[in-house]
Amino acid sequence: MQVNEYKPLIVAFCCNWCSYAGADLAGNNRLNYPAEVKIIRVPCSCRVNPMFILRAFQRGADGVIICGCHPGDCHYTSGNYYTRRRMAALFSMLDYLGIEKERTRVEWVSAAEGAKFAATMNDFVEKVVALGENKRLEDLRCKK
Amino acid sequence: MQKITREQLIEKAVALLADGTVSCVLGWSKGEFDYDVTPAIFNNEEELKANFVFNDFCGVNFSKYLVAKTQKCEGKILVFLKPCDTYSFNQLLTEHRFDREKVYAVGIPCEGMADVAKVKTICGDGIASINFDGENLAVTTLYEDAPVMISTNDVLAERCVNCKSKKHVAYDELIGDEGEVIESNRFDEVEKLEAMTPDERFAFWQNELSRCIRCNACRDACPACTCEKCVFDNPNSGVENKSPANSFEEKMFHIIRAFHVAGRCTDCGECSRVCPQNIPLHLLNRKFIKDMNEFYGEYQAGAEVGSRAPLVDYTTEDLEPGEVFNRGDMNA
Repeated sequence: MQVNEYKPLIVAFCCNWCSYAGADLAGNNRLNYPAEVKIIRVPCSCRVNPMFILRAFQRGADGVIICGCHPGDCHYTSGNYYTRRRMAALFSMLDYLGIEKERTRVEWVSAAEGAKFAATMNDFVEKVVALGENKRLEDLRCKK
Repeated sequence: MQKITREQLIEKAVALLADGTVSCVLGWSKGEFDYDVTPAIFNNEEELKANFVFNDFCGVNFSKYLVAKTQKCEGKILVFLKPCDTYSFNQLLTEHRFDREKVYAVGIPCEGMADVAKVKTICGDGIASINFDGENLAVTTLYEDAPVMISTNDVLAERCVNCKSKKHVAYDELIGDEGEVIESNRFDEVEKLEAMTPDERFAFWQNELSRCIRCNACRDACPACTCEKCVFDNPNSGVENKSPANSFEEKMFHIIRAFHVAGRCTDCGECSRVCPQNIPLHLLNRKFIKDMNEFYGEYQAGAEVGSRAPLVDYTTEDLEPGEVFNRGDMNA
């Protein structure tokens, strides 16, 4: 008998200058993190338009995480400070509309923090799996 | 009942037209019924005397009209601004959306505007006429012989129930007295929603937003939505019309709409006023205002020209996005 195990779809927006390299380091160090995490490389966490997050949910993502440089370490000086304000507002609004707050997260991961990257992803995926499928912000037309 | 009369405003407008200060007047024109007052441009005394009105249904915020009209009109435009309209006026000036030199703003006091939907819940449908002369609104309907007397205070528009300010923050001239900023309970409804569980909130918004017919009236009326090219007009945006599949598009549309004006919204309440489906859209905007007040300090968009909106600013000490959920019993 075939068991249909629930596999979440997690979208991770990773800053080119830190978290993306952090993910690389996690790989080099042979640290495990779930294969369900799909990484999208962005030039800066600030590049993530709130629309990207809504779009990801629309297309069936179950959780969206944004990884950027630690505040103060932005390659472009101030990008992640804007991300911080923007995402605080957006996540609060999503929560207000009833989208579970565990589905969205911002985490600061530097290029040296491969272990943190893996640990963050493990933790995030675990929380999203506990919630189950995202039904509140998905578009049925995008379902295959 | 409003403190100032139509005649006072016409007198002011005629005087300013006569001495050449302004070349046209942006004001309220009577519509088909006594309650559907529409914005219009008046060029001379005859037009003013024939069509200009000022009553409890003059809720239209003229600030946004200035963006287009100042480009078309030769000379100055006379505009009447209620206290809440002056905040939008300032916000648009901050964003350099129109030329201040081309506008002559007259501040007028406002006692709160009536919502015709609320009037109808009292006197029923078929409103034939409304008399504004007395202390109360005298509403004559097709089905009753005697007019129904309704106090404006009982049918105040949602935004006026929790009026945030009677103070004019921008004007060239003021008719009546200067008002004060009021301590309002405008975030009470938001707090009530925040106290719910995510499931309850979702059910609430699902119920409200599923009524949306995607007419875009909220966008068209919003004084903060002044982009010449709008994302919602893009056929490839995926949210340009109503989806028959599920209610995703409405949710997406309303999140985006509210986010686009976050930090710039003056809470004038035009979105809720124009909504044909009576969706409480101001609750989305107020959530952003409340959040930003709590996260980044009190900020009232439009209170002064040139102020920096919270989302285009930052400090190194801002709270982390994960911390926003740890406030009080928000998700208890």
